[in-house]
Amino acid sequence: MTAAGPTAVTDAGTAGTPRTLLDKVWDAHVVEHADTGDDLLYVDLHLVHEASSPQAFDGLRSAGRRPRRPDLTLGVEDHNVPTASLRLADPLSRLQVEALRRNTTEHGIELFRLGDPRQGIAHVVAPEQGYVQPGMTIVCGDSHTSTLGAFGALAFGVGSSDVEHILATQTLPLARPEAMAVEFTGSLPAGVTAKDIILALLAEVGANGAHGHVIEYRGEPIGALSMEERMTVCNMSIEVGARAGLIAPDQTTVAYLEHRPHAPRGRQWEDALAYWAGLRSDSDAGFGRSVTLDVSELTPHVTWGTNPGQAVPLSGAVPDPEQFADPVAQAAARRALAYMDLRPGTPMTDIGVDVVFLGSCTNGRLADLRAAAEVLRGRRVADGVRMLVVPGSGQTRRDAEAEGLDRVFRMAGAEWRLPGCSMCMGMNEDRLSGAERCASTSNRNYEGRQGPQARTHLVSPAVAAATAVVGRLASPAALS
Amino acid sequence: MRPITAHTGRAAVLRRSGVDTDQIVPAEFCKRLTKTGYADVLFHTWRQDPWFELNDPARASASVLLTGPDFGTGSSREHAVWALRDWGFAVVIAANFGDIFRRNALKNGLLAVSLPADTVSGLCDLAERDADLEIDTDLHRCEVRAGGLTHPFDLDRRARQLLMAGLDEIDSTLSREAAIEAYERDRPAWLPAVGTADSELLARAEP
Repeated sequence: MTAAGPTAVTDAGTAGTPRTLLDKVWDAHVVEHADTGDDLLYVDLHLVHEASSPQAFDGLRSAGRRPRRPDLTLGVEDHNVPTASLRLADPLSRLQVEALRRNTTEHGIELFRLGDPRQGIAHVVAPEQGYVQPGMTIVCGDSHTSTLGAFGALAFGVGSSDVEHILATQTLPLARPEAMAVEFTGSLPAGVTAKDIILALLAEVGANGAHGHVIEYRGEPIGALSMEERMTVCNMSIEVGARAGLIAPDQTTVAYLEHRPHAPRGRQWEDALAYWAGLRSDSDAGFGRSVTLDVSELTPHVTWGTNPGQAVPLSGAVPDPEQFADPVAQAAARRALAYMDLRPGTPMTDIGVDVVFLGSCTNGRLADLRAAAEVLRGRRVADGVRMLVVPGSGQTRRDAEAEGLDRVFRMAGAEWRLPGCSMCMGMNEDRLSGAERCASTSNRNYEGRQGPQARTHLVSPAVAAATAVVGRLASPAALS
Repeated sequence: MRPITAHTGRAAVLRRSGVDTDQIVPAEFCKRLTKTGYADVLFHTWRQDPWFELNDPARASASVLLTGPDFGTGSSREHAVWALRDWGFAVVIAANFGDIFRRNALKNGLLAVSLPADTVSGLCDLAERDADLEIDTDLHRCEVRAGGLTHPFDLDRRARQLLMAGLDEIDSTLSREAAIEAYERDRPAWLPAVGTADSELLARAEP
């Protein structure tokens, strides 16, 4: 029952049982083991946004408690914020944002407000500022906190009651989840992206196919990805049903972190580097489950249904529900096709769209904007198609403008907007109207996710851009 | 939280798989600042359909929801649990649940009980035939009983303890203060703290 500080980890693997990366991060954060079998886990960074925190702060207040570690808590306004202007017109959105402002001010918690140059989507701004580092535990009242596992941090989403618990104690009582290895082999063909990797995994194991597990993404194709791309993969771990996703830190991680505003410096940087070097699964560590996927033949993927596991290659067709062996999957497919107004056998590239959304914590980073701009340069968004480009943060927006990407988007006829969650979910002004169909770089194609009756096809930034040009779901290769 | 040891109630049947929390409470209703008052928005979109299962007057008093696998996946919104509870549900039975939903349910005394898919399906058959069928969920014995059959379920020790004792989890963690303090003393110095960035670097990051 002793507090095992993270310093213990570098010795791992030389003695005792071999451990996974999950084990190492977990063990380093166990405050205390309980006789009920769960661990009291310390939280290194707590991100709070306006949508899941008001009830938590209220609970704290009514119990006469205060946040234990305001210095390990960062507030961000993202879900409700408008992206056309800085004016928060919707009265309910305004109330929620104002509650976060009151709560963070009262407790001395730093807040990235609408209009702050650092503001943006929590999962985009936290790494950008260097707050996300290997081996940390990071929690937020938001399921896409899994994004941050790209750094080898154990990062996961919780509900408002757990947000309150973390505010009050900086800990969470949790049972250790099982680790699941997702091993990618081969090398990723040109024109195929991180989004296609994760959509292909979803198509393979199904939405919620990894539930109860923490996925560790492994293999050479993962090592070859940039940090932005790794964040795309880890982001959708929750769509696979996993508690979190992890990627072991390497030189790419270190290069991304060096010189970030909140990265360690001097002697502390050296100490951190030495610690991070030990953060990998021991070669003989056992995983509760394993899946292997060869990416050599992978092609761009797109969803056809109303859960992210209902994905096919873009070169494929809408599947026939009668072909599904599992009656549950069959019923879900029938329902999805009725909602999506699609017929079995329709080639995916025959499906026309009304709107293209480029942005979100999945694909709203500089690399994503570059990939889309490369396709759009010198081309026009098709008549009758509206394209929104929403950078994930103020920093991303400025970086993109410094490269002239905003001009590429504007000249193509797309809207260049302010940072926020935008059209990923219907909590702000950016929503589809009626049964509009959207090619979206976000993470969920649920019924009504982008507005009541809205129809969503999840795609990569490159496919989103090509789709905007053609007006139908399209791969960039089809443009040349 | 009020201690819960058992619940007996009638069932509503929702034979759909992968019911995500966006369906349980659409995002536009997550702008509210309260933890209660969500009964009106439970399955808001689906309830526009007069034939939606929960619109059946014979199921108005149902307090047990029998539903398909992967219930409560997706968004972490606790509003989904608050809405089910406000509607009057005390128990949800499915083959499996979204992990965050299950945890949120526990925190609010909503019993999320996993039973094998064919068992759930059998219970759905029984409940569909008989709206007055009573389903017992017993935390002492960890079993669901209905129509003369008994189905055991797993519930981890911590969850069981929390529910049956009606513990305030934050109080119980705060009683471990000494261990938290000891842990904090040993945290490495290189870990980031919020709001203490080197000003020169910060300036460089914000041209």
